Amino acid sequence: MTGYSPDTGIAPRRARHLLLALVGAAALLLLAGLGTGSGGWGPLLRDGSDPVAHQILWDIRLPRTLGAWAAGALLALAGAVAQGLFRNPLADPFLLGSASGASLGVALALALLGVSPMATGWVVRLGLTGAAFAGAVAAVVLTLLLARGVQHTLRLLLSGVVVGVVLGALGSLVTLAAPEVLQGMQAFLLGSTAFVGWSACLLMLLVWLLCMLLAWWLSPVLDGLALGEATALTLGLPLARMRMVLVAVLALATGAAVAQTGLIAFVGLAAPHLVRACVRVTHARLVLLSSLVGGVLLGAADLLARVLVAPQELPVGVLTAVLGGSYLLWLMHRGGAAQGQGAPGLWACP
Amino acid sequence: MSLPLQGMATRWLAASVLLAGACLAHAATVTVTDDGGTAVTLRQPPQRIVSLLPSLTETVCALGACQRLVGVDRYSNFPDSVTRLAQVGGGLDPNIEAIVALRPDVVLVAPSARAADRLRDLGLTVVALEPKTHADVQRVIRVIGQLLQVSDADRLWRGIDAAVAAAAKSLSPRARGLRVYFEVSPAPHAAGAVSFIGETLTRLGAKNIVAARLGPFPQINPEFVVRADPDVILVGDRSAVGLDQRPGWAAMRAMREQRLCVFSAVQTDDLVRPGPRMAEGARAMAACLESRAP
Repeated sequence: MTGYSPDTGIAPRRARHLLLALVGAAALLLLAGLGTGSGGWGPLLRDGSDPVAHQILWDIRLPRTLGAWAAGALLALAGAVAQGLFRNPLADPFLLGSASGASLGVALALALLGVSPMATGWVVRLGLTGAAFAGAVAAVVLTLLLARGVQHTLRLLLSGVVVGVVLGALGSLVTLAAPEVLQGMQAFLLGSTAFVGWSACLLMLLVWLLCMLLAWWLSPVLDGLALGEATALTLGLPLARMRMVLVAVLALATGAAVAQTGLIAFVGLAAPHLVRACVRVTHARLVLLSSLVGGVLLGAADLLARVLVAPQELPVGVLTAVLGGSYLLWLMHRGGAAQGQGAPGLWACP
Repeated sequence: MSLPLQGMATRWLAASVLLAGACLAHAATVTVTDDGGTAVTLRQPPQRIVSLLPSLTETVCALGACQRLVGVDRYSNFPDSVTRLAQVGGGLDPNIEAIVALRPDVVLVAPSARAADRLRDLGLTVVALEPKTHADVQRVIRVIGQLLQVSDADRLWRGIDAAVAAAAKSLSPRARGLRVYFEVSPAPHAAGAVSFIGETLTRLGAKNIVAARLGPFPQINPEFVVRADPDVILVGDRSAVGLDQRPGWAAMRAMREQRLCVFSAVQTDDLVRPGPRMAEGARAMAACLESRAP
């Protein structure tokens, strides 16, 4: 599925074209992002003369646009790593329970808010962002503990499912006990890029750089795994340790994105598929290209979220699901009609 | 020897002028502590206010500062004048850019709003307040009064308190001590004795079938209501559909004898918003108890 293809001939050229197109799209989104918001183009024109317009442009629109790109890139990177690691085209960044963990963290933080002055102070210091990140990472650690390491893929997958379901249920229990947190939880579950500032944006970009380098470095493991676990072992790779690092990349990338933007559906699942629909490349390129696709996807969704019902906003998670889902379906059927089969990996490139 | 004396006098004069200046500056600054425990200081009472919570919007208006509001959330709908102000999204999904563009001196939010940190980062003054109980309403009125530098904010509270007491007093003896069930959503979530609604009901002399230890808005088993057999059932109009189709409910005494109050959406706002309109809420509930008492 994530087939190994030699780095010769037409594939690298197409990959290069795709890379250029994605970088171009990201740059366009950045420009469009600066001109889009409840104030329209106004702040862009008054930038020099008006301090508030300046602030709207440079402290709200720019970090938000960059942040949406970074969150999408992180989720798609995590998705590509997860699909390679588990050799499963349905794997997504939330596979190891991080979504439920993050929701539980946020639910607990919201429920504790206002219970007692001490609890409130504690929650205010940690912040919902901190609670979500801690929850996401703790869920992955719990999954690893239950699976007793990363050696056994199926055990890891099942533990992830169990942790996801149980933590999700615990989160529901918290909202049941304190129904006043329901609205806050809903806002988190739908995901939003509206509150991304410079600190959040830089943090996500740094994490992205780190995870990208690690994933790039470990991509031979993913290529090896694509040939089957036994074959990967015969290649002489220190599989256990490298897998552990890949799981850490998965957890870190997902946690960072979820903490800043909430649960954004579908980017992580769809982005690697969209890349595979266009080019067949090794994991080193797949991870990078997927990440760029994810960035463009979430960037575009963020832009639409600001435009569609302006001056109000749509939750960006709803848009990614609708946009990414329909695009993926369209690709699948087009590919299926052209080649008489709808198997993933055989889609036609747009 | 007049020179040193003169010098001393000058110094003394300078010191007193400084002191007076400091006092004046002190009188103009406003400091309040919000529900997040943050001490917020403003150089002067705010003239441009954005409110992201309906109960806070209503409190600002009840304190006579409605004209200082420049933007509200999409759920703020009272008094009428606020519906003509700029809407900046909901309390939980506010439009940051729209708020900044309004150049507010202060933004009033609920402590659970994620936007609060973001707005503080952008250099805005944010006061996080969330009234949940009668005591909270009194406290929030005092804090906002302090913030706006309104003289005698407590008078507003005393007026509300007196109106609730009057509503309780207006009840005839047969409408007191009724056992009541208040449903806030068809999950069903009940308003417990410690909730804002429950506190009002208690002041009206009613006995809540949902005990205080169950928390403010517990989700309950519909069977619990059948077994508790309340004298009067109070619901919002969204909850009212299909009540008699719930297992066992049609046979309940309150349902059989139609001792059921259904509140309209407007009335429900009065009832559920912990703000200055709680007196209207108390009157609506008192009227219900009076008309449905056995």
